[in-house]
Formats: sequence, C-alpha cells, structure tokens
Amino acid sequence: MILIFLIVVLLLGGILAAISARWSRQLPRWISLAAIAVDLVLAARIWTGRSFSASQAWYDEVNWNWIPSFGIHFHLAVDGLSFLMLILTFFIGIIAVLCSWTEIREKIGFFHFNLMWVLAGIVSVFLAMDVFLFYFAWELMLIPMYFLIVIWGHEQRVYAATKFFLFTQCSGLLMLIAILALYFMHHQSTGVYTFEYSELLGTTLSGGAELAIMLGFFVAFAVKLPVVPLHTWLPDAHTEAPTAGSVILAGLLLKTGGYGLLRFVIPLFPRAAHEFTPVALALGVIGIIYGAVMAFSQTDLKRLVAYTSVSHLGFVLLGIFSWNPLALQGAIMTMICHGLSTGALFVLVGGLQERIHTRDLNRMGGLWTVVPHLSASALFFSLASLGLPGLGDFVGEFLVLLGSYKVSVALTVVATLGILASTFYALRMMQRAFFGPNTNSWQLPDLTPREVLIMAVMIIGLLWLGFFPQPVLNTFAPAMDNLQREVQMPAAALRSEP
Amino acid sequence: MNTTMNASDTLALLPLLILAGTAIVVMLGIAVKRSHELTAGLTLTGLAASFLSACAVAPLVPRQVTSLLLIDGYALFYLGLIIASAAVVAVLSFQYFAKHDGQREELYLLLLLATLGCGVLVTSVHFASFLLGLEILSVSLYGMVAYFTGRGQALEAGIKYLILASASAAFLLFGMALIYAATGIMAFSSIRNLSLGGSDLALLLPGIALSVTGIGFKLGVVPFHLWTPDVYQGAPAPVAAFVATTSKTAVVALLLRFLGAGTHQSPAVFFLFSVIAVASMCAGNLLALRQNNVKRILAYSSIAHFGYILVAFLAGTTMGAGAVAFYLVAYTVTILAAFGIITVLSTSEADADDLEDYRGLFWRRPVLASVFTAVLLSLAGIPATMGFVGKFYILASGANAAAWPLMVVLVLTSVIGLFYYLRIVVTLFSDVPEQQFSMQELERGGAFVLGGLAVLLIGFGVYPAPLLNLIRATIGALN
Repeated sequence: MILIFLIVVLLLGGILAAISARWSRQLPRWISLAAIAVDLVLAARIWTGRSFSASQAWYDEVNWNWIPSFGIHFHLAVDGLSFLMLILTFFIGIIAVLCSWTEIREKIGFFHFNLMWVLAGIVSVFLAMDVFLFYFAWELMLIPMYFLIVIWGHEQRVYAATKFFLFTQCSGLLMLIAILALYFMHHQSTGVYTFEYSELLGTTLSGGAELAIMLGFFVAFAVKLPVVPLHTWLPDAHTEAPTAGSVILAGLLLKTGGYGLLRFVIPLFPRAAHEFTPVALALGVIGIIYGAVMAFSQTDLKRLVAYTSVSHLGFVLLGIFSWNPLALQGAIMTMICHGLSTGALFVLVGGLQERIHTRDLNRMGGLWTVVPHLSASALFFSLASLGLPGLGDFVGEFLVLLGSYKVSVALTVVATLGILASTFYALRMMQRAFFGPNTNSWQLPDLTPREVLIMAVMIIGLLWLGFFPQPVLNTFAPAMDNLQREVQMPAAALRSEP
Repeated sequence: MNTTMNASDTLALLPLLILAGTAIVVMLGIAVKRSHELTAGLTLTGLAASFLSACAVAPLVPRQVTSLLLIDGYALFYLGLIIASAAVVAVLSFQYFAKHDGQREELYLLLLLATLGCGVLVTSVHFASFLLGLEILSVSLYGMVAYFTGRGQALEAGIKYLILASASAAFLLFGMALIYAATGIMAFSSIRNLSLGGSDLALLLPGIALSVTGIGFKLGVVPFHLWTPDVYQGAPAPVAAFVATTSKTAVVALLLRFLGAGTHQSPAVFFLFSVIAVASMCAGNLLALRQNNVKRILAYSSIAHFGYILVAFLAGTTMGAGAVAFYLVAYTVTILAAFGIITVLSTSEADADDLEDYRGLFWRRPVLASVFTAVLLSLAGIPATMGFVGKFYILASGANAAAWPLMVVLVLTSVIGLFYYLRIVVTLFSDVPEQQFSMQELERGGAFVLGGLAVLLIGFGVYPAPLLNLIRATIGALN
C-alpha cells in the first residue's frame, strides 16, 4: 500500500499547492517540499520493511485488477533498481522545488501542481510492473512536463515544448504497437491475455517478430535517453525549460529511458537485444563523441550543459548493452551521478541567468572575482562532469568502460576519447564564463543561503557516491541478478538444445 | 416473415414511439403556447422517457419487429447513446438559444425528429427503413443547420448540406437498386449471408460502392468530406455538435449492420474501405494544421477520427465492433464537451470559434479551460482520458487482425493531429491579452452538463471496465 501512497501524496500535494496559491505565494513551495519529504519517509519505510529472502523479488508490491477484460492489472512493485530511481526522483524533486524558489514568480500554484504531477508520473514509471500501466504512466508524465516548458520556459518555449511532445509521443505510440504485438503473440503461444511484466518475460517469439517488437520499445527509450540521432528535441527542451524543468528533464526523465532499457528491452527480448548489441554499442559511442563535440562548440551555456547529457547518457547505453555486471553497475552509477552533477550545473546556469539575464558565454567572463562561491561550485561540478576520480561520475564511467572492454576493445577505446573530450568542453566552459577579465563589469550577488544549501547537498552526494559507491551497488545487485537470470535462461536453453 | 405486430413488438419499439410521440406533443405545445422553457422541458422529458424505456425493454430483446426493424442489445446500446447525446444537445441548445431572440422553439421539434431518424437507422435491418431513417434525419438537419436564417454562413451551410445530402441519397438509392437487382433481397442479413461470387458480382459490387457513397457522406470521410468544415462552422454550435456526434454515431452503427464482419472476406470492399480510412486519417489531420477556427479544426479532426474508427471496422470480429462502440462513446462525450464549451462562450452575435477567443482562457476561466484541455488531450489520445482507451482499443483490434500498415498510418497521422491540438492548448495557457473579453455567465444547465461530461471523460479514461463490460454484453449480439 505504501507504493500507492507514494503516488497519491504527490498528486494530492500538487492539487493542494495549486489551491493554496490563492492565499499565499510561499505556501505552494512549502507544500511541495512537504509532499516530497513525506515520500522520502515512506521510501525509508519501504527500505526498513523489505524482506531479505532471496525468493522475494520485490521489496513491496501492490497488485489490483484494473481492466479485467484486457487482462490489465494495476501492479506496482519495487526492487533495488526501482528503489534507487525513487530516491533519485525525490532528491531531484526537492532540488527542483528549491531552485525555482525565486525564479518562478508568476502562476506559482499551477507551476507546483505540474511539478508534483510530473514527479508522480515518473514515480509510477519506475514502479509499474504491468506493461499497460507502464505505458499509461509513461505518456502521462509528459503532459505536466509539457506545461512546465510551455508556460514558464524561455524565448523559444512553444517550439521546444511541441518538439519534445511530438518526439516522445510518436516514439511512445510505436512502443504501444509493440506492446500490443507482444500481448497478442503471448496470447497465441500461451492462450492467456495479460500485460503482466513477469508473465510476458520469456514469451516465445519468432526471430523477426522479436526484433521488430524490441525495436518498437527501443525507439521509445532511445528518444528519452537520448540516443543520437533521436536526440534533437533535447537541446531545445533543456535550453528553453525553466531551471526546475531542466533539472527534472536531465535528472529524471532521461533516466526513465535508461530504466526502460534495463527493465524491459533486454529482459523481454534477450535474443533480439543480443543481435542488436553491436548497433546499440556503436550508437552509444557515437553519442558520447557527438555530445562532447557539440558541447564544445556551443555559446549558449545551457545548451552546452544539455549536450553534455547526450555524451554522458551514451555511457549508459554502452553499459546497458554490454550487459555484464561491471557495465551494468557502471550504467546505474552514471545514471544517478549524472542526475546530480548535471542537475547541479543546470541550477547554477539558472542562477546565473537570474542574475545576468543571459546564457550567452560571450557576455560572461571574469565572474570568479564577482561571484566566487557560485564559480567554485561550477568548477566542482564541471570536474565531476569530466570524470575526476573521487567523484561519482568517475566511478560510473570507469565501470562502464571496464565492462564494455570485455565486449569490444575498439569501441571502448573510442569511448575513452569521449572522456578526454569532456575535459575540453568542461574547461572551456570554466574559462569562458568564470576566468579572465571581467570585461562586462558585472556586479552581482553571490550564492544565497538557499543556493548554498542546494550546492552543499549535491557536492556531498557526489563525493559520497565517488568514495563509497558500494551501498548503491549492493542495493542494485539483487535486482541486477534477477534481470540477468531472465536473460541467461533462454540463452542457456539455446546452448543446451543441441 | 411475419408482418403483423403483437403487443411485445410494440413494447420493444417503445423508445422510438416515445420519441415520435414527444415530437407531436412538442409541436402541439408550440401551437398552444410559445415558450422556450416549456418546449425545452418537454423535449428533455421525452428524451429521458425514451432513454428509460430503452433500458426497460432490454429483457425483451432481441426481437424482430416486422422485417424492417430489429431491436437487439446492439440497437439498444446505440439507441441509448443517441438519445443521451441528443439530450445533451438539447440542454446546450437551451443555453445557446436563451441568448437569442425570435422563434427558438421549432429547433427542439427538429431535434426530436432527427433523433428519431437516428433511432430508426440503428434499429434498421432493411433498405426501406434505412432510407426512411436517413431521410428523416437529413430533412430535419437541413432545418437545424440553417436555423439562423439571418446569418449568411448558416444559410450557406444549410444549402450546401441540402444539395450534397440529396445527391448522396440519390447515389445510395441507386446502389440499393443495383443490390436488389443482383440479389432480389432488401434485408441486410440476406446480403451478408450471400456469397460474393459468380455473376452477381458485376451488379453487387457497384451497388455496395454506391451505398458506401451515401454512408460516407454522412460520416464525412474522404472523399465525401467537403461539407464538413463549412457545416460545422456555419451551424449553431449545438447543432454542429449533433451533426458531429449523434448523426454520425447512427450511421456508423448502421454501417456495421449493413456490411457486418462477413463482407471483409471480399478483397474489393476491404480495399475500398482501407483507401477511405487511410485518406481520411491523412487528409483530416493535415488539413486541420492550417486552420484558425476551432469549429473547423474540430471538423477536420472528426474526418481523421472516423478514419480511425474505420480501422477498427476493418479489423472486424467482435473486438473490432467493441472498439468501434467504445470509440464512438469516447468521441461523443469528447465532442459534446468541446461544443459545450463553444456554446458556453458564444455570444448572441457570434459563436466563439476563433482561436483568439480562447487566448489565455485558463487564467480567466480555469475550470472551463481545464475541461477543454481534457477534451483536447482526449482527442489526441493521451492517457487518463476516454480517447486514450478508445485509441488503445482500436489499436488492439488492429493488432488482433494483424493490420499493421493501417496501425502505422494511424499512429503517424495521430502524431500530426497532436500538433494542432497542442496549438489550441498553448493558446489556452498563453498570457491574457490586454483587451477585455465579454464574460458569459455559465448557467446551471450548461455547467451541469459540462461537469458531467468531464467526469465521464476522465472517469472512463481511468477506469473503463464498467463501460467495456456493457459493450461486451450488448455488442456481442451483433454477430
């Protein structure tokens, strides 16, 4: 039941926040913070109340009949993978509320309504174990995100929001066709109509059909992740969104793509995924290099950070499709740490824009002397982003490379060049924005206590993940074993056949 | 076949008889005392009585009443939908015409007659009753579309509808004649059971093609769609709602009876409908892109939506019929809500159909704009609305029949569709312009209806099981 509360608290929090805006400008913010805090407490209760027996795949689950005539269940469940994603969601959610504290001055109630509902949608995506419910949540989380961009975004917001929506909807509908194809083919082989994840695992499919259906799923997740060449919505959406929107996009929405690949694509279609591996790995490496090169050539600071996401999530794709323990652990670490480091960079860019009203690198320079704390924080997260050892991102990318080395040496070498390239864009950003003479004679206030708090929390988080990644990896391990077992069973069956 | 009617047959016809009786009562009422409230009240009472009687006669069915009409679960389901949507149109009309002077009462008479025509269509199993129902509907609609004789656009729309509907009826009649010449039978069931082969084909296929012209015109599918945008724009908003929902629902219900699942074995008919479906999905969505008039956008989107419905029709089987039924309910609820909002915002001078009328509506009328947003998301097929479940059902029936090309067209064109729905949503949520808007009071009737429709829209979108069960129980009677 806790799982239901996780979602309901956010939904109700959103409604309350919208209503409370009539009486106070601060109340919606506090209500949103309170709702997420309540969810964090609930998540802690799931953690303490989880069962340790190996037979129990889930920490907790809810399974209700929803639309019986189609075999659809309202099935929520949480394992180590989902749990990590939930914690990340609540953490980033709090950051999103805090970083919009002064940025959002109009329509505050409706803003927090959308913020809470997009979080609720993301939580549902991470919890859904019925494929129909997953699709339902997958589509539903787009609407509030769309509103966040289109109402509170910057100059090109309508264009960016529409592009974002059309890309995700089109790929989502292709996934819906794939889901339905899987549903009917499962019925053909077993006589049971069901959307239940655990039952669809191990559906026997002919080779061609398996590949086609897998591609339907893959496209939807590849648009979200994003995988080059389906990434073109991302720089626009990230750049035009308000800070909280960018933080949620980078920190959470992109992660739903990685989560989908981990949870659905490879376990449901192990053989097709195996055939597809070379292509996926190549796409991952292309994304790493392409994102880094594009980031290097941007003059819009926010766009620059957006392209670094393309590069970092290339590592996630590389790790997931390498599909060995090291690479998978690296992928999950990268997903979490990218959420923190890139989220923090977006907060900083947002803060900077609030002060100087531009994101143009050419109009910056010499800011270190003006806003030393802000600049130092930016340096920290740039270093995290370029993979400095001791910070979380390094652990993730290093593990991915270790894992992918076993699969393809050549691609790993090229991917390593991507880390090198990240040094260039990160240092260029620091140099152009913060070092050098203060040619524009900026006089700006430095970080406020609220911003210091955000930065401190994120810095501590990244340091902790960098030095002590083991708790995260341990949490993920049982879930990873389950996923790998699903994949190895058909493979083992194939081997033992002759 | 028996031609005499017994008491039970009469009882089974009760929903239709009540509709006809109400029309007479309303006509006499207008002759005695001209009162807008009284006429609308009588109309609603009659529609409510007819709806209740449709529920009450459910245990008696299926029952063939003469060779013309068949009252079964299928007919009763669609009768219920038609009567309910007509009642909503009546409430909206009351709200709409209260702002106007002049003789408003006859509209309800025409509305009742048109509903009766729809009722005859959904129960019809014979060419004679088919034509009878269609003409009752069409003739009433001419009057309703051109009800504002003072408005140029309304007259243009009415004349356009009159000429094109008469022409299509002539095609339909000729098609019927050809089918009759080929088979010697005028009942639908006999045509469906007939094997499509041999020498009959030369007459039968042209006959079916010509009948499809008549049906396609009423549905407004490509290439018979040219009247749709003009009639939607010219007709008063509630009348446009009736044309969009009730009359189209009745014709779709008839189409399934007429061609059923059996004719899908004929490749020529399958091909014909595939072409119409694909053309409608593409043309409807593409043509809507450049419109700035909300009514015209709804018109073009309706062309696309009936393309989607034809995909489910082509998929056939009980699942396809169920998908058609669910989608029609979803579409009816959604479109009635859309026209309800247009009605509520319209003034006595003009309908609120310009996109600019809706700029920043959310910040002026949050509840109304939220309902409209839900409507648009439902039309776009976004989860938590009925439109999503309907689209899901259609795609499911398509996957069941392995109609992959049609499904891919449906998905790609509906993404195009998303674009213009989002345009309206953006307008609703954009900043309020400087100039003052006339604030129309939301009356209780309109608020009640809109609220109810919104609850249905979201309620069945989140928990569609009850409606799915009802459809499963009634539509199963078709085959």
